[in-house]
Amino acid sequence: MDGSVRDIAVEAENVSKIFGSGSDEVRALDDVSVGIQDNEFFTLLGPSGCGKTTLLRLIAGFDHPTKGSIRLAGQDISYLPPYRRSVNTVFQNYALFPHMTVAQNIGFGLEMQGRSRAEVRETVGNMLALVRMEALANRRTSQISGGQQQRVALARALAPRPKVLLLDEPLSALDYKLRKDMQIELKRLQHETGITFVFVTHDQEEALTMSDRIAVMSSGKILQVGSPRDIYDRPSERFVADFIGDTNFLEAEVAGKEGATARIRLASGVEVEADLPSGMADARQVTVVIRPEHAALAPAGQGELQGRIANIVYFGTDTHYHVDLDTGGQFTLRLQNPRGGRELHGEGEPVGIAFEPGALQVLRD
Amino acid sequence: MKRQAGFTTVAIICFVCLYAPIVVLVAYSFNAGESIAVWQGFSWRWYAAAWENEEVQRAAWLSVLVAVQASFYATVVATMAALATTRNKAFRGQTAVFALINQPLMVPEIVTGVALLIVFAMVKVATGYNGLGYLVLAHTAFCIPFAYLPIRARLEGMDLTLETAAADLYATPWKTFRRVTLPLMWPGILAGAMLAFVISLDDVVITELVKGPGQDTLPTYMLGQLRRVVTPEINAISSALLAVSVVIVSLFFLLNRKRG
Ligand SMILES: Nc1ncnc2c1ncn2[C@@H]1O[C@H](COP(=O)(O)OP(=O)(O)OP(=O)(O)O)[C@@H](O)[C@H]1O
Ligand SMILES: [Mg+2]
Repeated sequence: MDGSVRDIAVEAENVSKIFGSGSDEVRALDDVSVGIQDNEFFTLLGPSGCGKTTLLRLIAGFDHPTKGSIRLAGQDISYLPPYRRSVNTVFQNYALFPHMTVAQNIGFGLEMQGRSRAEVRETVGNMLALVRMEALANRRTSQISGGQQQRVALARALAPRPKVLLLDEPLSALDYKLRKDMQIELKRLQHETGITFVFVTHDQEEALTMSDRIAVMSSGKILQVGSPRDIYDRPSERFVADFIGDTNFLEAEVAGKEGATARIRLASGVEVEADLPSGMADARQVTVVIRPEHAALAPAGQGELQGRIANIVYFGTDTHYHVDLDTGGQFTLRLQNPRGGRELHGEGEPVGIAFEPGALQVLRD
Repeated sequence: MKRQAGFTTVAIICFVCLYAPIVVLVAYSFNAGESIAVWQGFSWRWYAAAWENEEVQRAAWLSVLVAVQASFYATVVATMAALATTRNKAFRGQTAVFALINQPLMVPEIVTGVALLIVFAMVKVATGYNGLGYLVLAHTAFCIPFAYLPIRARLEGMDLTLETAAADLYATPWKTFRRVTLPLMWPGILAGAMLAFVISLDDVVITELVKGPGQDTLPTYMLGQLRRVVTPEINAISSALLAVSVVIVSLFFLLNRKRG
């Protein structure tokens, strides 16, 4: 984290949301607490059904928490109707008003806020310029393309200058090229407006490239919150490590502890240092993770692990080595291909695996 | 696909049976003679006669008066009913509500007519009121399902997130209704009103039973005339009524098509 102290824009405190009752009770959110800072690009990342939309709907006011509270700039808004919150939403299907023009759509929120005609006209003009849609101001929303509708939906939600903008998988309906363009566009808009964005996606790459911070969700819980680098390099839960990128899982024993690091003994008997997640309970048996690109091949007998190359897959920028470990299990390495490099190793060859210092992370469970 | 020869034949026979009498009726409305069966040359005289006939004028005016009011009230009720049945989550007794709204489609018209006749007779005795209200009320009742169906269809096709989006953009529930829901359901409301208008305009059975003295609508007036001397004037009135219905129903279909 950058260390600067920012104000909290939205805060959820012990929020639970339960749908239905009795045997078909669904716990869509389970005791979720999270603080989203001012002027932050914050992403909710998780698989389908984990409760991302539910959390957004609670912040927008389309639904209310079963337990806990939601605060906006310090004020409890848990039961405030949506039209009384300074929060706007970009809907997945855009939800543009089909009986209004592009400009009328963008001006709708301002009009409802009771702004003067002149102010509405000026702001709509600015917004059209911001999303580069000036030429299509008087078109019907049915007469513009999907990407253009997306921009109008963004402009409409940004025009009233909300404290927080919610975006529920806004890019999922776009094709690959357009999605890449819009990712850049969204970052630019967030930067230029300084509005807090809460962005929902189940695409890990999108989350890693766009966010200031990410909250990884699973089954109604937030498992970990952190910068993309934190989440990728220091996953604290098995689910997070598994959901984002490729990971090697190793079983190990704790041999000693020193602050935020632990000495752990691997199955091979080798002792190495590994980072501990914050607030972890004492345990003897732990799982540690290491990313495939944070280890290198070494001559047999050297490094922390020993094994035999099972197969080699060439990927252009890098090569993946799958190594059968002598102690059982498999380990994957991803090594960058140098220009003009030859295959240095062959399948079936015995090798050692050397970890980069500080590459190991202990999981909480 | 193979054409079913037998089916086509049957369809043609049906259409002939259905439309041939109407063609004959319209043709003889232009008869120059007094007969509705012997052609004696072309003339507009019966249209002129009908146009100048004060009884026809009065009945036509009454028909329009009743149809305008009944279709208005029916459309208002149908709009509220459609909103209640599509905008809320499924509630207990929803099927019963559907059945109630669509009741006039199921109960034989003559039964409704007799029932209304009896009840209105009681009310008349109790209140002494003898005006047009009974007819308007009766027409409103049987027009509601016709107004309801297109409005409901329109609402069901409407994206609910549009209303959520309006609320998100600071529109109060009333503003959301005024600025988003109502404009979007407007074609459905217009279509419902037109259908109700035509249904009211064409009604005979219930009107015949409910109408008070001197409250003939065009259809009941025509029915009365048929019992006396029949001249092509009746053909002319029928043709005019037919033309009005066809125009309105065509508009209705046009409106329905535009929404797609
Ligand atoms: N109105 C509702 N009634 C009952 N259950 C609901 C309702 N809304 C959501 N759920 C349930 O709550 C859970 C979380 O749903 P939610 O829509 O928040 O998931 P999500 O993370 O947005 O998933 P996706 O990526 O598929 O959009 C799911 O199991 C869902 O079935
Ligand atoms: Mg969702």
